[in-house]
Amino acid sequence: MSLTSNATLETFQERIDQGEYIEPKDVFPDEYRKHLIRQMSQHAHSEVIGMQPEGNWITRAPSLRAKQILLAKIQDEGGHGLYLYSAAETLGISRSEMINQLQTGKAKYSSIFNYPTLNWADIGAIGWLVDGAAIVNQVSLQRTSYGPYSRAMVRICKEESFHQRQGYEIMTKMMRGTNEQQKMAQDAMNRWWWPSLMMFGPHDSNSPNSGNAFKWKIKRESNDVLRQKFIDKTIPQALLIGLTIPDKDYKLNEKTGHYEIGKINWEEFNNVINGNGPCNKQRINHHIKYHNEGAWVREAALAYSKKQK
Amino acid sequence: MEKNNLYKYIIRLADNALILGQRLSENCSKGPFLEEDLAQTNIALDYIGRAQVLFNYAAKLNNNNQTEDDLAYRRDEIDYLNFLLVEQANQDFAYIIARQFYYSAFDCLLYNELTKSKDETLASIAKKSIKESNYHLTHTIDWVIRLGNGTDESKHRLQNAIDALWTYTGEMFEQDEIDLNLSKNNIAPNALDFKANWLNTISTTLKNATLKLPENSFMMFGGRNGKHTENLGHILSEMQYLQRAYPNATW
Amino acid sequence: MSTNNNQLEVWEVFIQSKSGLPHIHVGSVHASDIKMAMQNARDIYTRRGEGTSIWVVPTLSISASNPLDNEMLFDPSNDKIYRMPTFYVMPEGAQNI
Repeated sequence: MSLTSNATLETFQERIDQGEYIEPKDVFPDEYRKHLIRQMSQHAHSEVIGMQPEGNWITRAPSLRAKQILLAKIQDEGGHGLYLYSAAETLGISRSEMINQLQTGKAKYSSIFNYPTLNWADIGAIGWLVDGAAIVNQVSLQRTSYGPYSRAMVRICKEESFHQRQGYEIMTKMMRGTNEQQKMAQDAMNRWWWPSLMMFGPHDSNSPNSGNAFKWKIKRESNDVLRQKFIDKTIPQALLIGLTIPDKDYKLNEKTGHYEIGKINWEEFNNVINGNGPCNKQRINHHIKYHNEGAWVREAALAYSKKQK
Repeated sequence: MEKNNLYKYIIRLADNALILGQRLSENCSKGPFLEEDLAQTNIALDYIGRAQVLFNYAAKLNNNNQTEDDLAYRRDEIDYLNFLLVEQANQDFAYIIARQFYYSAFDCLLYNELTKSKDETLASIAKKSIKESNYHLTHTIDWVIRLGNGTDESKHRLQNAIDALWTYTGEMFEQDEIDLNLSKNNIAPNALDFKANWLNTISTTLKNATLKLPENSFMMFGGRNGKHTENLGHILSEMQYLQRAYPNATW
Repeated sequence: MSTNNNQLEVWEVFIQSKSGLPHIHVGSVHASDIKMAMQNARDIYTRRGEGTSIWVVPTLSISASNPLDNEMLFDPSNDKIYRMPTFYVMPEGAQNI
């Protein structure tokens, strides 16, 4: 429910400040609703579009074990998309409306999925780096102020915990494997390292959507804080298995205990966001194609249920 | 000889599970809506898991240090012994449902009998599998009913798929010396014993779905003896690519 | 595009994780009939052995109280402390009560 007299707005903010959760039928500002829909649907779309780059390797997974793990993982991504669509639907927007926004470009999804998966180590890199980066963000979102979103994130985090480990396991196996496997692993590292750092979004000094998000506790920690957490935990993992960090400027600052990195190429980031990544069109076309091909199935199901009534 | 028969029988079971699982997994992220996408993936996972267990058993029977992955990834088309039915392509959702319908109706009856196998390993694999099979069949029959009674388009599409795949169903009831030998020793059933049951499930469901039982009586055989449609070569070349391209690597 | 946006109905899903425990709301699924709703709930919300029982209910069949009524609905019970066992004074030494 969105009603925005000053009095109700104040009560709303007081509740947020006291750490209360906001539930679907509570009174909240329309801007809060809009912000949530934008963020949650973008998150849901990311999970669903994210099924594609990994799906690219299901049929070629090199062992029965790897095939089951990958399939179960991609299925989780679909499930997480579904939990988030579910949570967003409590705000009065339908899934089909959200899908429409995705397919017409009105809603975005994480740019990382506009990069291609070119060798098997990419499956390792996605689990380890991309899911690793996502988890840092998602853990922080478990405390987000909107109840249904928070509950979905708790469920998602619980399920995601195996994703990063399976990715790192693949990378480890490949770095301990043949020369060709090591080459694939380093190649994947080179291609996914920087894009995964960009997943946290622009630097705080340059982040347009953050103001209200913090005030309303939709977002709990800043892009740069989260990115630093990820960098600090990931670099030692890379070094442990013998991967080179594709950044000649990275170094450990002994005083702060934090790793410092070279300059992020924001021009590339903006290019990909604006539709010029390697796979932007492919990803959306895939989604549209199969959504349209499924139309007759959904129609049939609806027609059948009508006849039963 | 007996061990050889059992080995070949297990390989046939495993190949059916793996190839159908592979086909279903191709469809991940291509479902008609998210829920059904996940449902199909669940079925794929059941089959691939089942294939793994069966290959593992086959490898043990063979006693030559092969692993389940060697059996899945290092055999040629001619050594694959799955039904032609399960290698048929995902033309559309109706084909996926029709293929699953024919196969699951068979699979339930077969694995139900296998739970009584005198071979303890096979019986215990069957006891776990039959639960999955029952769910697959329930899920699939519901879709047959929905599509048959849905719109003109869905009815037409499903009837098409039902008709096109019918010719591959005869092979499920082909019985050779291996089958007869194993059934004589109560290790596996004679599939002909439950053919009437299968036909009953199929015709009753099709009737409830207002669809016609295909009349064409010409049946295609070959998969069980390594003579496949062109589909299998493509499935394997994709599936086996990494294992074949990097034979010394472990994954 | 409009004909391709035919989505199915929304159903709320409740899962009981162990016999003896209550069914707890976990989220929702889309489905066109009750059987599909049940199967979708199973396929989506019990992938890790989370369930021993599932309830599904069409979302439209659920009525929720209005938070604007909260004062009227819930505050009046706050001062009825005689409903709590600690309200009562027991004599020193009384046991098993």
